[in-house]
Amino acid sequence: MLLEALTLQLGYNATLVTIGAALLGLAAGATGTFLFLGKRALVSDAISHATLPGVALAFMAMVALGGDGRALPGLLLGSAISSAVGLLCVSALTNRTRLSEDAAIGAVLSVFYGLGVVLLTVIQSMSSGRQAGLESFLLGSTAGMLWNDALVIALGGALVLALVALLRRPMTMVAFDPEFAAGAGMNVHRIELAMMGLALAITVVGLKIVGLILIVALLIIPAVAARFWSERVDHVVLLAGGIGGVSGYVGAAISATAPGLPTGPIVVLVAFGLFALSLVLAPGRGVLAAILRHRRFQARVHVRQGLLALAQGQPIYEPLTLRLMRGRGLIRADGVATKAGRAQAARALLDERRWQLLRSDPAHEEAAAHYDGLTPLESVLTPDQLRALDRGLRPGDVQAGALQ
Amino acid sequence: MQVATEQGQARDAESPLDIRGLTVTYGEKPAVFSVDARFAPGVMTAIVGPNGAGKSTLLKAALGIVRPVSGQVKAWGRPIAAGRARISYVPQRASVDWDFPTRVIDVVLMGQYRQLGLLRRVRTRHMEAAFDSLRRVGMDGFAERQIGQLSGGQQQRVFLARALAQGADLYLLDEPFAGVDAATEKAIIDVLKDLRSKGKTVVAVHHDLGTVPEYFDRVLLINTTRIAEGPVAGTFTQDNLQKAYGGRLATAQMSALA
Amino acid sequence: MMGAEFVALSLPPILIGIFAAVACALPGNFLLLRKQALIGDAISHVVLPGIVGAFLVTGVVAAWPMMIGAGVAALIAVGMIEAIRHLGGIEPGAAMGVVFTTLFAAGVLLLEQSDTSTVHLDVEHALYGNLESLIWLDGMGWHSLLDAGALRGLPPELPRMALTLLLVIALTWLFWRPLTLSTFDEGFARSLGVPVGAVGLGLVIVAAIAAVAAFDAVGSIIVIAMFICPPAAARLMTNRLEVQIAWSVTFATLSAVLGYVLAGYGPLWLGFQDAVSAAGMIATVSGVILALAAVFGPCRTRAGTA
Repeated sequence: MLLEALTLQLGYNATLVTIGAALLGLAAGATGTFLFLGKRALVSDAISHATLPGVALAFMAMVALGGDGRALPGLLLGSAISSAVGLLCVSALTNRTRLSEDAAIGAVLSVFYGLGVVLLTVIQSMSSGRQAGLESFLLGSTAGMLWNDALVIALGGALVLALVALLRRPMTMVAFDPEFAAGAGMNVHRIELAMMGLALAITVVGLKIVGLILIVALLIIPAVAARFWSERVDHVVLLAGGIGGVSGYVGAAISATAPGLPTGPIVVLVAFGLFALSLVLAPGRGVLAAILRHRRFQARVHVRQGLLALAQGQPIYEPLTLRLMRGRGLIRADGVATKAGRAQAARALLDERRWQLLRSDPAHEEAAAHYDGLTPLESVLTPDQLRALDRGLRPGDVQAGALQ
Repeated sequence: MQVATEQGQARDAESPLDIRGLTVTYGEKPAVFSVDARFAPGVMTAIVGPNGAGKSTLLKAALGIVRPVSGQVKAWGRPIAAGRARISYVPQRASVDWDFPTRVIDVVLMGQYRQLGLLRRVRTRHMEAAFDSLRRVGMDGFAERQIGQLSGGQQQRVFLARALAQGADLYLLDEPFAGVDAATEKAIIDVLKDLRSKGKTVVAVHHDLGTVPEYFDRVLLINTTRIAEGPVAGTFTQDNLQKAYGGRLATAQMSALA
Repeated sequence: MMGAEFVALSLPPILIGIFAAVACALPGNFLLLRKQALIGDAISHVVLPGIVGAFLVTGVVAAWPMMIGAGVAALIAVGMIEAIRHLGGIEPGAAMGVVFTTLFAAGVLLLEQSDTSTVHLDVEHALYGNLESLIWLDGMGWHSLLDAGALRGLPPELPRMALTLLLVIALTWLFWRPLTLSTFDEGFARSLGVPVGAVGLGLVIVAAIAAVAAFDAVGSIIVIAMFICPPAAARLMTNRLEVQIAWSVTFATLSAVLGYVLAGYGPLWLGFQDAVSAAGMIATVSGVILALAAVFGPCRTRAGTA
C-alpha cells in the first residue's frame, strides 16, 4: 500500500496531493532556511496566524459581491494582505517601541488570530455564505483538492523556488551579517522584506494542504535539520529543500494509505523524524558526535593536567584525573608514576616550557595563536624551528625531555 | 564558643579564594587552562592579561557562574558555596539589560538578598545600608532614578554600591574601570582602597596596564594559563608582560611601563 | 443587564475571563522581561496533544485528567525545547518552533485516529474555549451569591480558575525577589547562590499551570494573548516593575470585561442577531490596548532615548 502510494499509484487525488506536498515542502524548506539563519524563525508563526482574518474577510467580501466565497485565489489574496499587515505590525512594534521582536511576534499572532476567530463566528451567523470549509484553513484539508487548487499550489511553489534561487546570495549575506551587507552597499531593508515576502507566499500557498498552524513547521524544521549537516549556507538551503520535499512527498503518500491520517500532521511528523535523525547522528554538530568529542576532550585536559602535575612533583587531587591516568598506565594504583608516565610527563613539561617561550616571543605570534594548552608544539612548528626554540630553553628543560 | 571563633580566625588566615587546576572551555578551546591562583587576604590584586585571555572566565568559573571542565575552588579553605555570604561579585556592566524596569535603590537592595531572603520586610536598617552604599560611591542623589537613564560610569557605581551593600569580605570585580569617566574611576578606586584599609580582599580584572602599579598591591598575569603571580613590584615586569602578551603588547605601552 | 439575567449568564464568564487573563498576565510579565514571551505560545499549542493523550489514556472526557495531560505535555515540550537548544546548539526561537509544531501535529493525528467524534472533544474547543457556555443556572440574582445551595451550581471552571489565580499570585509574591534578581542579573544571582536554573524552570511551570487551567475555560487564543499583550502594553506605561505588574493586571481585566461585553452585546448594538466569539474578542481588545500603548504610552521607547 505504502509502496503504491510512494509510486503514485493510489489514484488521481492522492497523486495530486503528493506532488503538491512535495513541491510545497521543497519551497518551504529552502525559504525557511534564510529566516532560521537570520535567527527569525518564529516570524513565520506570526505570518501564518495573521492569515486568518484575511481569509475570513475575503470570504465575506466575496459573498457580499455575490460570489461563491470559497474561491481559493480570493481567499489566498485576502490571507496574503492580512499577514502582510501583521508583519508590518511586528516591525512597527519592534522598531518604534522598546518591545523585543519575540514579544511583537506573540502579540501579533495572538491578536490577529483572535480577530480571525471573531470574524469566523460572524460568518457562521451569516445566513448567506456557505461557511463550511473555512475551518479547514486551520489544519489544512486535502480531501477535496481540485486540479485548480493543485495548480495554484504548484505554480506558487515554483515561483517562490525560482525567487529563492535568484535572491540566494543577497539573502545569505543579510541573514548572516546584516551590518556587513549594508556596508557592502546592499539595501538590507528591501532584502529582508523579500525574505519575509517569500515566507509569506509559502504560508499562503501552504494553507490549503497543511493549514496555518503546521505550515510554520515546514518553514522551520527542515532548515534546522539541514543545519546539522553542513556549515555552508548554499548546502544548507539545498538540504533543507530536500528534507522539506521528502517530508512532503513521503508524508502525503503515507497519509493516502489509510483514512484518519491527515496530510498536514503526517508531513510534519515525517519532517520531525528527519530532524531527530539529524540531531542525533549528524557528524560534527550531531549529539552523538559531540558527546564522543567532549569525552575525548575532557580526557585530554585531565591527562595533560595530570602529567604536568607529575612532572612538577605536585599532588593530583581530582578523582577523574587519577582514574584516567591509571587507565592509561601512567600511574600505578597507589598514585606513583610508572615509567611511561614519567616519560610522558617529562615530554608534556618540555612541550609546555617550549610553548611558554614561544608565546612570549613576538616573532612567533602567529604560531602562539594555536596555543590551547593541549596541542603539542611539534604539530605547529617544523623540527628546525623547534631546535631554534630549544636554544632559548635552559639546558635542564631540554634534558628532561630527552630522558624519555 | 571560644574554640569556634579561633577556628574561624584560623580559616580567615587562609586565602579568601584559592583556585587549583581550573580549566574552562567554550566548545573545544580552553579559555582558561589549568590555572592555579591563591589570592592573598587583605590586599588588592589585579588580574591582567590580553583580550580573550580568560580573565573574566576565571572569575566566573571561580564563583560557579560557568561550569569548569576541571579544577577546585575554595573560599577560606572551604567549598565556595559555604563562603557565598562573604563574597561579593561585580559583573561586567554590559552583562545586564539596563532597560529593565527598576530603580537604582532597588538594584542596591538586591545586594542584601541573602539578609532579606524571600519575604523578610525591607526595614530601615536595610534602607540605611543601601543609602550608605550609594553615598560611598557618590550616587546618593540617584536612588529614585530609573537605571536606564544612568550614564555608563553611574551604572558601574550602582553595581559597586550593590556589592558594598552585601557587606562582604571578598570583592570580585570584573572590569570595573571599563568605559567609565575619570571621576567614576577615581570614586571607585577610593572605595576599593577604603575596603582594603578595612582588611577586605579585592580582586579585579583590569585592562589598563598603566594604572596597575598605582592601584594594586599584587598582580596575577594570565593568558589562558597562569604566567606569573606576586607583588606588583617583582611580578609586573616587562619580562612577564612580554610572556603574557607576546606580540600583542605595543612597544609604546612597554616604554610607558619602564 | 444588571439583574438576575446578568448574574446567571454573564457574571460567571466575566469572572472566569478575568481570573484566566490575570493568571496568565502575571507570569507573562517575567517571561516578557526574560525575552521568553513565546513560551506561552508554545505551551498553549501543546495543550491539544495533552488533552487528547489524556483522553486516550483514561477514556473519559473530564476536567482533571485533561488538565493533568495538558500539564504533562507542557512539561514534555519545555524539556524538548531545552534539550534541542543545548544538545543541538539551536537558538531558542527555532527550537520552540520545531517542538510545538511537532507536538501539535501529533495531537491532531491522535485526535483523528481516536474515535472522539462521539464525545465532546475537538480542536475548536481547545482553540476557542467555551466561555459563553459557562453559565450559572442557579443564579437567580445577586442574592444567590449568598445562597450556599445556589453557589454549588456554579460552573466548576470558576472555583478552579480562582484557585489557579490565587496560586499564581502566591507564588509570584513568594518568589518575587529571586525572580526579579535572576531576571535582571543572572550572573550576580548565581554568585549569591540563587538557584537560577530552578527559578527559570519554576516560572515556566507556573506559566504552564496558568495556561492549562485557562485553556479549558477560555481556549488557547486568550492564553497566548494574555501572556503577551497586557504585560507588553504595561511595559510601555512605566519603568518600574511593580507598577508594570499593576498595569498588566488592569489591562488583563479590562480586556476580559470589554471583550466579553463587546462579543455578547456588540453585535446586538450593530443590529445583528448572534454574539461573536468572546475568546477572540478578548484577544482582539488586548491587541487594541497594546496598539494604544504603543502609540501613546509614556515609556514606549527604550530608556535613555525617550
